[in-house]
Amino acid sequence: MNTADQYLKAVYLAQRIEDGPASTGTLAEMLEVSPASVNEMIGKLESRGLLEHEKYKGARLTDEGLERAHDALQTYCIIERFLANVLEVEEFREEARALESVIDDTVAERLDTIIDRRGECPDCFDPETDCCAYLEPEAGGAG
Amino acid sequence: MSLGQRVSNDHQLARLLQIGVVLEEVVESRAAHHIESLPDEERAAVDDDVQELLAEATEESAEHRRRLEALIDELDAETVSYEDINALVDARYGPPEDTDGVLYDQLCNEETAYKFYDDLIEAVEASDAEFALDRDRLLETLESIREEEKAGVQDVTELMERRA
Repeated sequence: MNTADQYLKAVYLAQRIEDGPASTGTLAEMLEVSPASVNEMIGKLESRGLLEHEKYKGARLTDEGLERAHDALQTYCIIERFLANVLEVEEFREEARALESVIDDTVAERLDTIIDRRGECPDCFDPETDCCAYLEPEAGGAG
Repeated sequence: MSLGQRVSNDHQLARLLQIGVVLEEVVESRAAHHIESLPDEERAAVDDDVQELLAEATEESAEHRRRLEALIDELDAETVSYEDINALVDARYGPPEDTDGVLYDQLCNEETAYKFYDDLIEAVEASDAEFALDRDRLLETLESIREEEKAGVQDVTELMERRA
């Protein structure tokens, strides 16, 4: 997943958490980067028509940005589910975050052929717990 | 959330190689399922070229898997068994409707594997981490597998063109 998609996913989740525009501070915290980096990327994404940014309020996805963010979140959910249920990784959230930049969408699609995911994905993704609300990790994961 | 596309330690490398093994197992399992899944009249009509291609794909994936497993052993990690992945493919296998569907699925498998190794090589090259296994051998193995996946994509594409 490329950097732009990781940002769009973060904006989408921050909008849900804050029930409004995603603030620079929240995005910087979620992405573990500086506010200056966030502002720079927000500018790029805005110029590509993927989000709108209002000073002192934050960023809001456009319809096109929302579609891309949905796809990115689905890919992320596939990675989490694959780690949790196939490789039985206990720390699947941390590992998914570390791996998402290396896992391409097409690879995630193939992994999707062996995991069980709901039709409403990614609406069932819970931003507070950082994973699908229906994900049940394997007991006693090998790690 | 890491924004850098690089492999930073042994654990992450082992995890990515495990994913490579699973992708190979999926290729292997789906190729084996394809012929069995076709309706009788389609199966009878499948020509030798397609049968041969799927048999070779199965064999090649098993070989790639063994080479990846040898690397993973050196990182002191385990892999998911073929039987486990085969059972997951079994549970969720949506058979292609006809021979063209079989070939298209096979093409997706080969292309995905190629893309995976290509990204992994790039991520290893971008990293200055010291791994528990020899970096040159790691890259040589991954590059050689990537070339075979590339050849696999070409083989399926040519066969599809001949049948068109």
